Amino acid sequence: MDTSTPARSVGAVTPQTASFSEPLPLRCGRSIAPYELVYETYGRLNADRSNAILVCHALNASHHVAGFYADDPDNVGWWDNIIGPGKPVDTDRFFVIGVNNLGGCFGSTGPMSIDPATGRPYGASFPLVTVEDWVAAQARLADHLGIERFAAVMGGSLGAMQSLSWTRQFPERLRHALVIACAPNLSAQNIAFNEVARQAILTDPDFHGGDYYAHGATPVRGLRVARMVGHITYLSDDAMASKFGRQLKNGSIGYGFDPEFQIESYLRYQGGKFAEYFDANTYLRITKALDYFDPALDFGGDLSKALAAARAAFLVVSFTTDWRFAPERSREIVQALLRNQLDVTYGEIDAPHGHDAFLLDDPRYHALVRAYLDRIHAEIGRAAR
Amino acid sequence: MKGPRADFAVIAGRIRPGAKVLDLGCGDGSLLRHLRESLDVRGYGIEIDDAKIPACVKNGINVLQMDLESGLSGFDPGSFDYVILSLTLQAMKNSERILSEMLRVGREGIVSVPNFGYWRNRIQLAMGRMPVNDEFPHHWFDTPNIHLCTLTDFEVFCVQHRIRILERIALHEGREVSSLPNLRGSLVVYRFGSGA
Repeated sequence: MDTSTPARSVGAVTPQTASFSEPLPLRCGRSIAPYELVYETYGRLNADRSNAILVCHALNASHHVAGFYADDPDNVGWWDNIIGPGKPVDTDRFFVIGVNNLGGCFGSTGPMSIDPATGRPYGASFPLVTVEDWVAAQARLADHLGIERFAAVMGGSLGAMQSLSWTRQFPERLRHALVIACAPNLSAQNIAFNEVARQAILTDPDFHGGDYYAHGATPVRGLRVARMVGHITYLSDDAMASKFGRQLKNGSIGYGFDPEFQIESYLRYQGGKFAEYFDANTYLRITKALDYFDPALDFGGDLSKALAAARAAFLVVSFTTDWRFAPERSREIVQALLRNQLDVTYGEIDAPHGHDAFLLDDPRYHALVRAYLDRIHAEIGRAAR
Repeated sequence: MKGPRADFAVIAGRIRPGAKVLDLGCGDGSLLRHLRESLDVRGYGIEIDDAKIPACVKNGINVLQMDLESGLSGFDPGSFDYVILSLTLQAMKNSERILSEMLRVGREGIVSVPNFGYWRNRIQLAMGRMPVNDEFPHHWFDTPNIHLCTLTDFEVFCVQHRIRILERIALHEGREVSSLPNLRGSLVVYRFGSGA
Protein backbone atom coordinates (compact mmCIF):
# COMPACT_ATOMS: atom_id res chain seq x y z
CA MET A 1 0.00 0.00 0.00
CA ASP A 2 1.19 3.49 -0.79
CA THR A 3 1.56 5.30 2.51
CA SER A 4 3.14 8.46 1.12
CA THR A 5 1.42 11.75 1.82
CA PRO A 6 -1.22 12.57 -0.78
CA ALA A 7 -0.65 15.79 -2.70
CA ARG A 8 -1.66 18.91 -0.80
CA SER A 9 -2.36 17.06 2.44
CA VAL A 10 -1.00 18.27 5.74
CA GLY A 11 0.14 14.66 6.12
CA ALA A 12 0.09 12.49 9.22
CA VAL A 13 -1.17 14.38 12.25
CA THR A 14 -1.21 13.73 15.99
CA PRO A 15 -3.91 14.96 18.35
CA GLN A 16 -2.79 16.80 21.45
CA THR A 17 -4.48 17.39 24.78
CA ALA A 18 -4.70 20.56 26.84
CA SER A 19 -5.76 20.27 30.49
CA PHE A 20 -7.50 23.02 32.41
CA SER A 21 -7.96 23.11 36.15
CA GLU A 22 -9.71 26.47 36.55
CA PRO A 23 -13.49 25.88 36.58
CA LEU A 24 -15.30 26.97 33.43
CA PRO A 25 -18.63 28.62 34.27
CA LEU A 26 -21.39 27.40 31.96
CA ARG A 27 -24.55 29.10 30.72
CA CYS A 28 -26.72 26.54 32.51
CA GLY A 29 -25.41 27.84 35.88
CA ARG A 30 -23.10 24.97 36.58
CA SER A 31 -19.37 24.89 36.00
CA ILE A 32 -16.93 22.22 35.03
CA ALA A 33 -13.43 21.44 36.29
CA PRO A 34 -11.05 19.98 35.57
CA TYR A 35 -11.50 19.42 31.88
CA GLU A 36 -9.47 18.54 28.84
CA LEU A 37 -9.68 19.62 25.23
CA VAL A 38 -8.27 17.52 22.43
CA TYR A 39 -6.99 19.43 19.43
CA GLU A 40 -4.86 19.20 16.32
CA THR A 41 -2.78 21.86 14.63
CA TYR A 42 -1.52 22.19 11.06
CA GLY A 43 1.03 24.61 9.66
CA ARG A 44 3.26 26.86 11.75
CA LEU A 45 2.45 29.69 14.08
CA ASN A 46 4.41 32.71 12.85
CA ALA A 47 6.72 34.81 15.01
CA ASP A 48 4.13 37.44 15.90
CA ARG A 49 1.44 34.79 16.43
CA SER A 50 -0.90 36.48 14.01
CA ASN A 51 -1.62 33.69 11.51
CA ALA A 52 -3.76 31.35 13.60
CA ILE A 53 -7.12 30.12 12.33
CA LEU A 54 -9.50 28.27 14.59
CA VAL A 55 -11.83 25.77 12.90
CA CYS A 56 -15.00 24.99 14.83
CA HIS A 57 -16.79 21.73 14.19
CA ALA A 58 -20.46 21.04 13.62
CA LEU A 59 -22.72 18.33 14.96
CA ASN A 60 -20.89 15.09 14.36
CA ALA A 61 -17.32 16.15 13.63
CA SER A 62 -14.21 16.53 15.74
CA HIS A 63 -10.79 18.10 16.13
CA HIS A 64 -9.59 15.94 13.23
CA VAL A 65 -10.06 18.57 10.57
CA ALA A 66 -7.25 17.80 8.11
CA GLY A 67 -4.59 15.22 7.37
CA PHE A 68 -4.72 11.60 8.45
CA TYR A 69 -3.41 9.35 11.20
CA ALA A 70 -0.22 7.38 10.56
CA ASP A 71 -1.81 4.23 11.98
CA ASP A 72 -5.16 4.86 10.25
CA PRO A 73 -4.47 6.49 6.87
CA ASP A 74 -8.09 6.25 5.75
CA ASN A 75 -9.20 8.45 8.63
CA VAL A 76 -8.94 11.76 6.77
CA GLY A 77 -9.93 15.01 8.49
CA TRP A 78 -13.50 16.17 7.88
CA TRP A 79 -12.52 19.42 6.15
CA ASP A 80 -9.39 18.15 4.45
CA ASN A 81 -10.65 19.30 1.04
CA ILE A 82 -10.32 22.95 2.03
CA ILE A 83 -7.38 22.88 4.48
CA GLY A 84 -3.82 21.97 3.52
CA PRO A 85 -0.76 23.20 1.68
CA GLY A 86 -1.91 25.22 -1.34
CA LYS A 87 -5.59 24.67 -0.48
CA PRO A 88 -8.03 27.56 0.12
CA VAL A 89 -7.08 27.53 3.81
CA ASP A 90 -3.38 27.28 3.06
CA THR A 91 -1.37 25.66 5.83
CA ASP A 92 1.82 27.03 4.26
CA ARG A 93 0.53 30.42 5.38
CA PHE A 94 -1.76 29.79 8.31
CA PHE A 95 -1.54 27.93 11.59
CA VAL A 96 -4.81 26.01 11.72
CA ILE A 97 -6.33 24.58 14.88
CA GLY A 98 -9.12 22.03 15.15
CA VAL A 99 -10.59 21.34 18.58
CA ASN A 100 -13.09 18.82 19.88
CA ASN A 101 -15.68 20.74 21.85
CA LEU A 102 -16.47 20.29 25.49
CA GLY A 103 -19.09 17.57 25.86
CA GLY A 104 -17.75 15.81 22.78
CA CYS A 105 -16.94 12.15 22.36
CA PHE A 106 -13.59 12.29 20.62
CA GLY A 107 -11.33 12.84 23.60
CA SER A 108 -12.36 16.18 25.08
CA THR A 109 -14.11 16.03 28.42
CA GLY A 110 -17.66 14.85 27.85
CA PRO A 111 -20.35 12.52 29.13
CA MET A 112 -18.11 9.49 28.55
CA SER A 113 -15.32 10.97 30.71
CA ILE A 114 -14.81 10.02 34.32
CA ASP A 115 -16.31 12.52 36.76
CA PRO A 116 -13.54 13.04 39.34
CA ALA A 117 -16.22 13.57 42.01
CA THR A 118 -17.65 10.05 41.59
CA GLY A 119 -14.99 8.07 39.81
CA ARG A 120 -17.64 7.03 37.28
CA PRO A 121 -18.51 8.37 33.81
CA TYR A 122 -20.47 11.62 33.91
CA GLY A 123 -23.26 10.10 31.80
CA ALA A 124 -26.56 11.80 32.47
CA SER A 125 -24.97 14.21 34.93
CA PHE A 126 -22.82 15.92 32.30
CA PRO A 127 -24.12 19.49 31.98
CA LEU A 128 -25.92 20.82 28.92
CA VAL A 129 -23.26 22.91 27.23
CA THR A 130 -23.98 25.77 24.83
CA VAL A 131 -22.29 27.39 21.85
CA GLU A 132 -21.17 30.18 24.19
CA ASP A 133 -19.62 27.64 26.57
CA TRP A 134 -17.72 26.03 23.70
CA VAL A 135 -16.41 29.40 22.60
CA ALA A 136 -15.33 30.24 26.15
CA ALA A 137 -13.47 26.91 26.32
CA GLN A 138 -11.89 27.54 22.90
CA ALA A 139 -10.67 30.92 24.16
CA ARG A 140 -8.90 29.16 27.01
CA LEU A 141 -7.28 26.85 24.50
CA ALA A 142 -6.13 29.95 22.61
CA ASP A 143 -4.59 31.25 25.86
CA HIS A 144 -2.91 27.90 26.34
CA LEU A 145 -1.44 28.12 22.83
CA GLY A 146 -0.38 31.74 23.34
CA ILE A 147 -2.74 33.12 20.70
CA GLU A 148 -4.05 36.52 21.65
CA ARG A 149 -5.90 37.17 18.42
CA PHE A 150 -6.94 34.80 15.66
CA ALA A 151 -6.52 35.78 12.03
CA ALA A 152 -9.88 34.05 11.62
CA VAL A 153 -12.34 31.77 13.30
CA MET A 154 -14.24 29.64 10.83
CA GLY A 155 -16.88 26.98 10.72
CA GLY A 156 -19.87 25.62 8.86
CA SER A 157 -23.36 25.04 10.25
CA LEU A 158 -23.07 24.70 14.04
CA GLY A 159 -19.38 25.51 13.60
CA ALA A 160 -20.41 28.80 12.00
CA MET A 161 -22.58 29.57 15.01
CA GLN A 162 -19.42 29.33 17.08
CA SER A 163 -17.49 31.70 14.82
CA LEU A 164 -20.44 34.11 14.94
CA SER A 165 -20.49 33.83 18.72
CA TRP A 166 -16.75 34.50 18.91
CA THR A 167 -17.32 37.94 17.40
CA ARG A 168 -19.68 38.85 20.26
CA GLN A 169 -17.95 37.10 23.15
CA PHE A 170 -14.37 38.05 22.29
CA PRO A 171 -14.59 40.88 19.74
CA GLU A 172 -10.93 41.82 20.05
CA ARG A 173 -9.64 38.29 19.70
CA LEU A 174 -10.34 37.68 16.01
CA ARG A 175 -9.81 39.67 12.83
CA HIS A 176 -12.23 37.70 10.68
CA ALA A 177 -15.14 35.35 11.10
CA LEU A 178 -16.08 32.87 8.38
CA VAL A 179 -19.73 32.02 8.88
CA ILE A 180 -20.71 29.28 6.44
CA ALA A 181 -24.15 27.65 6.03
CA CYS A 182 -25.29 29.26 9.26
CA ALA A 183 -28.50 30.56 10.82
CA PRO A 184 -28.90 33.13 13.59
CA ASN A 185 -31.05 30.60 15.46
CA LEU A 186 -32.97 27.42 14.74
CA SER A 187 -36.44 27.53 13.22
CA ALA A 188 -39.31 25.54 14.73
CA GLN A 189 -38.79 23.02 11.94
CA ASN A 190 -35.07 22.67 12.79
CA ILE A 191 -35.91 22.14 16.47
CA ALA A 192 -38.60 19.63 15.50
CA PHE A 193 -36.09 17.48 13.61
CA ASN A 194 -33.71 17.65 16.57
CA GLU A 195 -36.49 16.60 18.91
CA VAL A 196 -37.30 13.55 16.77
CA ALA A 197 -33.63 12.61 16.92
CA ARG A 198 -33.53 13.06 20.69
CA GLN A 199 -36.71 11.08 21.23
CA ALA A 200 -35.24 8.21 19.24
CA ILE A 201 -32.32 8.12 21.68
CA LEU A 202 -34.23 8.89 24.88
CA THR A 203 -36.79 6.15 24.26
CA ASP A 204 -34.25 3.50 23.33
CA PRO A 205 -34.41 0.88 26.15
CA ASP A 206 -30.61 0.77 26.08
CA PHE A 207 -30.40 4.45 27.01
CA HIS A 208 -30.92 3.82 30.74
CA GLY A 209 -31.60 7.48 31.46
CA GLY A 210 -28.19 8.39 30.04
CA ASP A 211 -26.15 6.08 32.28
CA TYR A 212 -25.88 3.27 29.75
CA TYR A 213 -22.09 3.02 30.22
CA ALA A 214 -22.66 1.43 33.65
CA HIS A 215 -25.02 -1.09 32.04
CA GLY A 216 -22.54 -2.00 29.34
CA ALA A 217 -25.17 -0.94 26.84
CA THR A 218 -25.31 1.58 23.96
CA PRO A 219 -28.53 3.03 22.57
CA VAL A 220 -27.47 2.20 19.03
CA ARG A 221 -31.04 1.93 17.72
CA GLY A 222 -31.83 5.43 18.89
CA LEU A 223 -28.57 6.81 17.55
CA ARG A 224 -29.17 5.18 14.18
CA VAL A 225 -32.58 6.77 13.81
CA ALA A 226 -31.26 10.10 15.07
CA ARG A 227 -28.56 10.08 12.43
CA MET A 228 -31.00 9.02 9.71
CA VAL A 229 -33.28 11.96 10.51
CA GLY A 230 -30.33 14.32 10.60
CA HIS A 231 -28.98 13.04 7.33
CA ILE A 232 -32.25 13.72 5.54
CA THR A 233 -32.01 17.37 6.52
CA TYR A 234 -28.43 17.68 5.23
CA LEU A 235 -29.34 16.76 1.67
CA SER A 236 -31.51 18.59 -0.80
CA ASP A 237 -34.51 16.91 -2.39
CA ASP A 238 -32.77 17.19 -5.76
CA ALA A 239 -29.50 15.75 -4.48
CA MET A 240 -31.37 12.77 -3.03
CA ALA A 241 -33.37 12.35 -6.21
CA SER A 242 -30.30 12.39 -8.42
CA LYS A 243 -28.26 10.15 -6.14
CA PHE A 244 -30.95 7.58 -5.34
CA GLY A 245 -34.22 8.38 -7.04
CA ARG A 246 -36.53 5.42 -6.65
CA GLN A 247 -33.78 2.95 -7.38
CA LEU A 248 -34.31 -0.45 -5.84
CA LYS A 249 -31.56 -2.32 -4.10
CA ASN A 250 -32.35 -5.68 -5.62
CA GLY A 251 -34.15 -4.57 -8.75
CA SER A 252 -37.64 -5.52 -7.58
CA ILE A 253 -40.07 -4.89 -4.77
CA GLY A 254 -40.15 -7.58 -2.11
CA TYR A 255 -43.27 -6.59 -0.18
CA GLY A 256 -41.54 -6.45 3.17
CA PHE A 257 -39.68 -4.17 5.55
CA ASP A 258 -36.14 -4.96 4.64
CA PRO A 259 -34.45 -2.06 2.88
CA GLU A 260 -35.74 -2.07 -0.70
CA PHE A 261 -35.13 1.42 -2.00
CA GLN A 262 -31.53 2.55 -2.26
CA ILE A 263 -32.26 5.55 -0.08
CA GLU A 264 -33.41 3.25 2.74
CA SER A 265 -30.28 1.22 2.48
CA TYR A 266 -28.14 4.37 2.39
CA LEU A 267 -29.77 5.85 5.49
CA ARG A 268 -29.47 2.58 7.38
CA TYR A 269 -25.83 2.35 6.43
CA GLN A 270 -25.14 5.94 7.50
CA GLY A 271 -27.08 5.45 10.74
CA GLY A 272 -25.33 2.20 11.55
CA LYS A 273 -21.88 3.57 10.86
CA PHE A 274 -22.56 6.64 13.00
CA ALA A 275 -23.91 4.62 15.94
CA GLU A 276 -20.64 2.69 16.07
CA TYR A 277 -18.53 5.71 16.92
CA PHE A 278 -20.72 8.49 18.26
CA ASP A 279 -21.88 8.87 21.83
CA ALA A 280 -25.61 9.29 22.40
CA ASN A 281 -25.21 11.66 25.35
CA THR A 282 -23.01 13.88 23.23
CA TYR A 283 -25.54 13.81 20.41
CA LEU A 284 -28.32 14.85 22.76
CA ARG A 285 -26.27 17.72 24.11
CA ILE A 286 -25.11 18.99 20.75
CA THR A 287 -28.67 19.08 19.40
CA LYS A 288 -29.68 21.03 22.50
CA ALA A 289 -26.81 23.47 21.97
CA LEU A 290 -28.17 24.02 18.48
CA ASP A 291 -31.69 24.58 19.75
CA TYR A 292 -30.56 27.03 22.42
CA PHE A 293 -28.35 29.10 20.14
CA ASP A 294 -29.99 32.48 19.78
CA PRO A 295 -27.65 35.43 20.28
CA ALA A 296 -30.53 37.89 19.77
CA LEU A 297 -32.53 36.45 22.66
CA ASP A 298 -30.95 38.71 25.28
CA PHE A 299 -31.45 41.72 22.98
CA GLY A 300 -35.19 41.60 22.49
CA GLY A 301 -34.78 39.46 19.40
CA ASP A 302 -32.70 42.12 17.67
CA LEU A 303 -29.73 40.39 16.08
CA SER A 304 -28.08 43.68 15.12
CA LYS A 305 -28.01 44.72 18.77
CA ALA A 306 -26.62 41.31 19.66
CA LEU A 307 -23.79 41.89 17.19
CA ALA A 308 -23.16 45.51 18.16
CA ALA A 309 -20.03 44.48 20.07
CA ALA A 310 -18.55 42.65 17.06
CA ARG A 311 -15.38 44.12 15.52
CA ALA A 312 -14.44 41.35 13.10
CA ALA A 313 -14.81 41.41 9.34
CA PHE A 314 -17.08 38.67 8.04
CA LEU A 315 -17.33 36.23 5.21
CA VAL A 316 -20.85 34.81 5.20
CA VAL A 317 -21.63 32.00 2.76
CA SER A 318 -24.90 30.20 2.10
CA PHE A 319 -26.00 27.57 -0.39
CA THR A 320 -29.15 27.97 -2.45
CA THR A 321 -30.44 24.42 -1.92
CA ASP A 322 -29.77 24.37 1.82
CA TRP A 323 -33.24 24.09 3.30
CA ARG A 324 -31.97 23.36 6.78
CA PHE A 325 -30.22 26.75 7.09
CA ALA A 326 -31.57 28.48 4.01
CA PRO A 327 -29.93 31.55 2.42
CA GLU A 328 -32.60 33.81 3.96
CA ARG A 329 -31.21 32.92 7.37
CA SER A 330 -27.72 33.97 6.30
CA ARG A 331 -29.15 37.18 4.89
CA GLU A 332 -30.54 37.94 8.36
CA ILE A 333 -27.00 37.75 9.65
CA VAL A 334 -25.75 39.96 6.80
CA GLN A 335 -28.45 42.53 7.53
CA ALA A 336 -27.48 42.65 11.20
CA LEU A 337 -23.83 43.14 10.21
CA LEU A 338 -24.76 45.93 7.79
CA ARG A 339 -26.71 47.68 10.51
CA ASN A 340 -23.51 47.68 12.54
CA GLN A 341 -21.53 48.94 9.54
CA LEU A 342 -19.21 45.97 9.76
CA ASP A 343 -17.15 44.70 6.87
CA VAL A 344 -18.97 41.78 5.30
CA THR A 345 -18.71 39.72 2.16
CA TYR A 346 -21.66 37.49 1.38
CA GLY A 347 -21.60 34.65 -1.12
CA GLU A 348 -24.74 32.75 -2.06
CA ILE A 349 -23.51 29.66 -3.84
CA ASP A 350 -25.86 28.00 -6.28
CA ALA A 351 -24.91 24.46 -5.25
CA PRO A 352 -27.23 21.46 -5.61
CA HIS A 353 -26.18 19.55 -2.49
CA GLY A 354 -28.20 21.17 0.28
CA HIS A 355 -26.73 21.83 3.72
CA ASP A 356 -23.90 19.36 3.13
CA ALA A 357 -22.53 21.67 0.42
CA PHE A 358 -20.33 23.40 2.97
CA LEU A 359 -18.29 20.20 3.28
CA LEU A 360 -18.04 19.57 -0.44
CA ASP A 361 -15.59 20.70 -3.04
CA ASP A 362 -17.58 23.26 -5.01
CA PRO A 363 -15.21 25.35 -7.14
CA ARG A 364 -17.14 28.62 -6.69
CA TYR A 365 -17.32 28.17 -2.94
CA HIS A 366 -13.68 27.23 -2.64
CA ALA A 367 -12.62 30.10 -4.92
CA LEU A 368 -14.42 32.52 -2.63
CA VAL A 369 -12.87 31.11 0.54
CA ARG A 370 -9.47 31.13 -1.14
CA ALA A 371 -9.82 34.76 -2.22
CA TYR A 372 -10.98 35.75 1.24
CA LEU A 373 -8.08 34.00 2.95
CA ASP A 374 -5.63 35.56 0.50
CA ARG A 375 -6.95 38.88 1.71
CA ILE A 376 -6.49 37.89 5.37
CA HIS A 377 -2.97 36.76 4.59
CA ALA A 378 -2.16 40.10 2.94
CA GLU A 379 -3.72 41.94 5.87
CA ILE A 380 -1.69 40.18 8.56
CA GLY A 381 1.41 40.72 6.39
CA ARG A 382 0.70 44.47 6.33
CA ALA A 383 -0.01 44.54 10.06
CA ALA A 384 3.36 42.89 10.75
CA ARG A 385 5.31 45.55 8.85
CA MET B 1 -13.35 47.38 -21.33
CA LYS B 2 -9.90 48.96 -21.41
CA GLY B 3 -8.55 50.88 -18.39
CA PRO B 4 -10.81 52.51 -15.84
CA ARG B 5 -14.30 52.93 -17.17
CA ALA B 6 -15.23 56.33 -18.56
CA ASP B 7 -18.02 56.86 -16.04
CA PHE B 8 -15.90 55.97 -12.97
CA ALA B 9 -13.99 59.26 -12.81
CA VAL B 10 -17.22 61.21 -13.27
CA ILE B 11 -18.96 59.22 -10.53
CA ALA B 12 -15.98 59.56 -8.19
CA GLY B 13 -16.07 63.31 -8.76
CA ARG B 14 -19.61 63.45 -7.36
CA ILE B 15 -18.90 61.63 -4.11
CA ARG B 16 -18.04 63.27 -0.83
CA PRO B 17 -14.96 61.88 0.94
CA GLY B 18 -15.79 59.46 3.74
CA ALA B 19 -19.32 58.86 2.47
CA LYS B 20 -21.24 55.60 2.76
CA VAL B 21 -21.72 54.11 -0.70
CA LEU B 22 -23.68 51.18 -2.07
CA ASP B 23 -22.68 50.10 -5.58
CA LEU B 24 -25.34 48.04 -7.32
CA GLY B 25 -23.99 45.61 -9.89
CA CYS B 26 -20.46 46.33 -8.72
CA GLY B 27 -18.73 43.86 -11.08
CA ASP B 28 -15.20 43.12 -9.90
CA GLY B 29 -15.39 45.96 -7.37
CA SER B 30 -12.95 48.26 -9.13
CA LEU B 31 -15.14 51.36 -8.73
CA LEU B 32 -15.55 50.78 -5.00
CA ARG B 33 -11.87 50.09 -4.64
CA HIS B 34 -11.10 53.34 -6.44
CA LEU B 35 -13.56 55.22 -4.22
CA ARG B 36 -12.13 53.70 -1.09
CA GLU B 37 -8.54 54.40 -2.02
CA SER B 38 -9.11 57.94 -3.29
CA LEU B 39 -12.00 59.12 -1.10
CA ASP B 40 -11.92 56.81 1.90
CA VAL B 41 -15.56 55.89 1.37
CA ARG B 42 -17.18 53.13 3.36
CA GLY B 43 -18.67 50.92 0.69
CA TYR B 44 -20.58 47.79 -0.10
CA GLY B 45 -21.17 46.30 -3.52
CA ILE B 46 -23.93 44.05 -4.76
CA GLU B 47 -23.18 41.56 -7.50
CA ILE B 48 -24.88 38.39 -8.67
CA ASP B 49 -22.21 36.85 -10.90
CA ASP B 50 -20.35 33.99 -9.16
CA ALA B 51 -17.18 34.69 -11.12
CA LYS B 52 -17.02 38.31 -9.99
CA ILE B 53 -17.39 37.71 -6.26
CA PRO B 54 -13.83 36.43 -5.68
CA ALA B 55 -12.60 39.31 -7.88
CA CYS B 56 -14.31 41.76 -5.51
CA VAL B 57 -12.72 40.02 -2.55
CA LYS B 58 -9.31 40.37 -4.24
CA ASN B 59 -10.06 44.06 -4.69
CA GLY B 60 -10.58 44.21 -0.94
CA ILE B 61 -14.17 45.45 -1.06
CA ASN B 62 -17.29 44.30 0.74
CA VAL B 63 -19.44 42.44 -1.76
CA LEU B 64 -22.84 40.90 -1.21
CA GLN B 65 -24.03 38.29 -3.66
CA MET B 66 -27.67 39.19 -4.23
CA ASP B 67 -30.11 39.64 -7.07
CA LEU B 68 -30.96 43.29 -7.62
CA GLU B 69 -34.17 42.26 -9.33
CA SER B 70 -35.56 41.28 -5.93
CA GLY B 71 -34.99 44.78 -4.59
CA LEU B 72 -32.92 46.00 -1.67
CA SER B 73 -35.10 44.68 1.14
CA GLY B 74 -32.08 43.78 3.27
CA PHE B 75 -31.11 47.45 3.51
CA ASP B 76 -32.57 50.00 5.88
CA PRO B 77 -34.00 53.31 4.62
CA GLY B 78 -31.46 56.08 4.37
CA SER B 79 -28.54 53.82 5.28
CA PHE B 80 -26.25 55.14 2.52
CA ASP B 81 -25.18 58.57 1.33
CA TYR B 82 -25.01 57.41 -2.28
CA VAL B 83 -26.38 54.43 -4.13
CA ILE B 84 -24.66 53.87 -7.47
CA LEU B 85 -26.03 51.97 -10.44
CA SER B 86 -23.36 52.03 -13.08
CA LEU B 87 -24.24 50.75 -16.58
CA THR B 88 -26.71 48.26 -15.15
CA LEU B 89 -30.12 49.95 -15.34
CA GLN B 90 -30.55 49.13 -19.02
CA ALA B 91 -30.13 45.42 -18.29
CA MET B 92 -32.63 45.23 -15.46
CA LYS B 93 -36.15 43.84 -15.70
CA ASN B 94 -37.58 46.06 -13.04
CA SER B 95 -35.95 49.41 -13.71
CA GLU B 96 -38.71 51.47 -12.08
CA ARG B 97 -38.48 49.58 -8.83
CA ILE B 98 -34.70 49.72 -8.55
CA LEU B 99 -34.68 53.50 -8.95
CA SER B 100 -37.20 53.93 -6.16
CA GLU B 101 -35.28 51.43 -4.03
CA MET B 102 -32.09 53.46 -4.60
CA LEU B 103 -33.77 56.52 -3.16
CA ARG B 104 -35.26 54.59 -0.28
CA VAL B 105 -31.89 53.19 0.80
CA GLY B 106 -29.71 56.16 -0.17
CA ARG B 107 -29.93 59.92 0.16
CA GLU B 108 -28.79 60.35 -3.42
CA GLY B 109 -28.63 58.05 -6.41
CA ILE B 110 -26.06 58.03 -9.18
CA VAL B 111 -26.80 56.16 -12.40
CA SER B 112 -24.85 55.88 -15.60
CA VAL B 113 -26.72 54.77 -18.71
CA PRO B 114 -25.76 54.46 -22.36
CA ASN B 115 -27.67 57.06 -24.39
CA PHE B 116 -29.67 55.40 -27.13
CA GLY B 117 -30.23 58.84 -28.61
CA TYR B 118 -26.52 59.30 -29.44
CA TRP B 119 -26.23 60.30 -33.09
CA ARG B 120 -24.39 57.18 -34.27
CA ASN B 121 -27.15 55.03 -32.79
CA ARG B 122 -29.72 57.13 -34.60
CA ILE B 123 -27.87 56.76 -37.89
CA GLN B 124 -27.44 53.02 -37.52
CA LEU B 125 -31.15 52.76 -36.79
CA ALA B 126 -31.99 55.08 -39.71
CA MET B 127 -29.95 52.73 -41.90
CA GLY B 128 -32.25 49.99 -40.77
CA ARG B 129 -29.95 48.22 -38.32
CA MET B 130 -29.82 47.94 -34.52
CA PRO B 131 -26.86 49.92 -33.21
CA VAL B 132 -23.68 47.96 -32.49
CA ASN B 133 -20.79 50.09 -31.19
CA ASP B 134 -18.63 50.78 -28.13
CA GLU B 135 -21.58 51.54 -25.84
CA PHE B 136 -23.74 48.80 -27.35
CA PRO B 137 -21.30 46.05 -28.15
CA HIS B 138 -23.95 43.33 -28.35
CA HIS B 139 -26.20 42.21 -31.17
CA TRP B 140 -29.95 42.26 -30.84
CA PHE B 141 -30.02 38.52 -30.19
CA ASP B 142 -27.40 38.34 -27.46
CA THR B 143 -27.75 41.67 -25.71
CA PRO B 144 -28.40 41.77 -21.97
CA ASN B 145 -29.86 45.26 -22.49
CA ILE B 146 -33.63 45.17 -22.33
CA HIS B 147 -34.53 48.67 -21.18
CA LEU B 148 -32.78 51.12 -23.42
CA CYS B 149 -33.60 54.80 -23.28
CA THR B 150 -32.45 58.12 -24.62
CA LEU B 151 -31.30 60.96 -22.42
CA THR B 152 -34.65 62.65 -22.91
CA ASP B 153 -36.59 59.46 -22.13
CA PHE B 154 -34.79 59.14 -18.81
CA GLU B 155 -35.43 62.73 -17.86
CA VAL B 156 -39.12 62.47 -18.70
CA PHE B 157 -39.25 59.31 -16.59
CA CYS B 158 -37.69 61.15 -13.65
CA VAL B 159 -40.27 63.95 -13.84
CA GLN B 160 -43.09 61.40 -13.95
CA HIS B 161 -41.68 59.49 -10.98
CA ARG B 162 -40.88 62.56 -8.88
CA ILE B 163 -37.17 61.92 -9.08
CA ARG B 164 -35.22 65.16 -8.88
CA ILE B 165 -32.18 65.26 -11.15
CA LEU B 166 -29.44 67.13 -9.31
CA GLU B 167 -26.82 66.86 -11.97
CA ARG B 168 -26.47 65.46 -15.48
CA ILE B 169 -23.14 64.77 -17.15
CA ALA B 170 -23.27 63.67 -20.78
CA LEU B 171 -20.06 62.02 -21.95
CA HIS B 172 -18.43 60.82 -25.08
CA GLU B 173 -15.16 58.91 -24.98
CA GLY B 174 -14.68 60.00 -21.39
CA ARG B 175 -15.06 63.72 -22.13
CA GLU B 176 -17.97 65.85 -21.08
CA VAL B 177 -20.29 67.00 -23.83
CA SER B 178 -21.72 70.45 -23.19
CA SER B 179 -24.07 71.10 -26.11
CA LEU B 180 -26.72 68.84 -27.65
CA PRO B 181 -26.18 66.14 -25.01
CA ASN B 182 -28.91 63.82 -26.32
CA LEU B 183 -27.22 63.81 -29.71
CA ARG B 184 -23.55 64.02 -28.82
CA GLY B 185 -23.38 62.12 -25.54
CA SER B 186 -22.97 58.37 -25.81
CA LEU B 187 -23.04 57.87 -22.03
CA VAL B 188 -24.86 59.87 -19.38
CA VAL B 189 -24.31 60.07 -15.64
CA TYR B 190 -27.11 61.37 -13.42
CA ARG B 191 -27.03 62.30 -9.79
CA PHE B 192 -30.53 62.47 -8.35
CA GLY B 193 -32.60 62.70 -5.20
CA SER B 194 -36.21 62.41 -4.10
CA GLY B 195 -38.95 64.90 -4.85
CA ALA B 196 -39.78 66.71 -8.09
